[in-house]
Amino acid sequence: MSGSNMWEAVSGIVRRDLLLAMRRRSDAAMSVFFLVIVVSLFPLGVGPEPAVLRIIGPGVLWVAALLACLLSLGRVFTADYLDGVLEQMVLIPQPLAILVVGKILAHWLISGLPVVLLSPLLGLQFGLSGEPLGVLVMSLLLGTPTLSMIGAIGAALVLGVRGSGLLVALLVLPLYVPILIFGAGAVTSSMAGIGGEANLSLLGACLVLSLFLAPWATAAALRIALE
Amino acid sequence: MSTGINWLKYSSPQAFYPLAGRLIPWFACVAVALMGIGLYMGFFVAPTDFQQGEAYRIIFVHVPAAWMSMFLYVVMAVWAGIGMGLNARLSFMMAQAIAPTGAMFTFLALLTGAMWGKPTWGAWWVWDARLTSELILLFQYAGVMLLRTSIDDMRRADRASAVFALVGVVNVPIIYFSVQWWNTLHQGASVSMATGSKMASTMLTAMLLMTVAFWLYSIAVILARARCIMIERESLPVWDEKAAVIQEAVEAR
Repeated sequence: MSGSNMWEAVSGIVRRDLLLAMRRRSDAAMSVFFLVIVVSLFPLGVGPEPAVLRIIGPGVLWVAALLACLLSLGRVFTADYLDGVLEQMVLIPQPLAILVVGKILAHWLISGLPVVLLSPLLGLQFGLSGEPLGVLVMSLLLGTPTLSMIGAIGAALVLGVRGSGLLVALLVLPLYVPILIFGAGAVTSSMAGIGGEANLSLLGACLVLSLFLAPWATAAALRIALE
Repeated sequence: MSTGINWLKYSSPQAFYPLAGRLIPWFACVAVALMGIGLYMGFFVAPTDFQQGEAYRIIFVHVPAAWMSMFLYVVMAVWAGIGMGLNARLSFMMAQAIAPTGAMFTFLALLTGAMWGKPTWGAWWVWDARLTSELILLFQYAGVMLLRTSIDDMRRADRASAVFALVGVVNVPIIYFSVQWWNTLHQGASVSMATGSKMASTMLTAMLLMTVAFWLYSIAVILARARCIMIERESLPVWDEKAAVIQEAVEAR
């Protein structure tokens, strides 16, 4: 299989998924609004003291990003599973793991990238500014693709299973914990003045590791779901 | 086979069932005996710790339980991997049988850790790297079991939970090395292969006895559970030892 052929397959899947998302914009908008609403609830619940908000801000933003990613996981494979596209993806000569990369990339562009782009605005609401705000954006930029990749494994495992929405949360959230710790930790340590580089490096390591393992595990899970 | 025993024979549930039945009482008896000796040594023979007083004695349950929780997860993942690779029914059954025992030991490690933490650190729970990752291990065991029970098709349930178990293996080295990688409240390892033990020899003996006892207990319980799973899945009447003898005689002829 030539390299250009595989690249065509991946970019084809990404273009198709983006087109589908553009046709049904409300789906993608919903998880973004969910993120904004969840984040806005915390100042109302905890109280508007700027000092408290600055401390809880990174954690709240990261947890909200986790939940927003989780909500959109149902859309990664379900439609393709129901209308039979997924079976065709298994049958075509390009390796399934490569095609899965395209699905994951599209999912990140639709639900992860908006979170990254919105985060400076939400960070301002929590009194973050300057370097910590930059580190927050950077940590989400490095962390949200990993969330999409781990989430894809869970989404593939629960495909067509009853109660899959809740089950995918139970499977995926424990695996999200390291990303949450490193991501929120990067912002917190940057606020403490010791720089977020160490945690950002760990996030990068998680990204590389999951880039190698997650497409393969997702492909295995999809084959199991389809057989 | 040069050894005269066809080991692969036991990869079939029909042959494994009576073998497991014969092994269970031995493992169970030795486990109970060692647990008795280990607990006696731990609570009465081992000296009082000069720093932590009598409270430290919970380690005779805590440390072996924590070791077993991680070890059983790896064993479960290995069975899951063998099942995926060789498509062997028995491997999936073993993986299924291990999960509840592993979850029990994880819970026991967390519970005894809390009982140790209160007098030593002054808190039942702290959000320290090792405690958190052990908690995640408990969630992973729960995930493996929940995924299995939510899928009706047995073959898919086996394979899906196997994939999830294999993905979760990443967490085990994180727990094991967490006290070295991060500067945490949880104390470092007192026993290591490289530097030997930093504790009194009676303490070490008691702890190792408890570890072996927990290990044998796990084998006995897992084999018993695997037998139940076999009966459940194959929807067959109980294969007792007599039936196997008859089968062997038929095969010999």
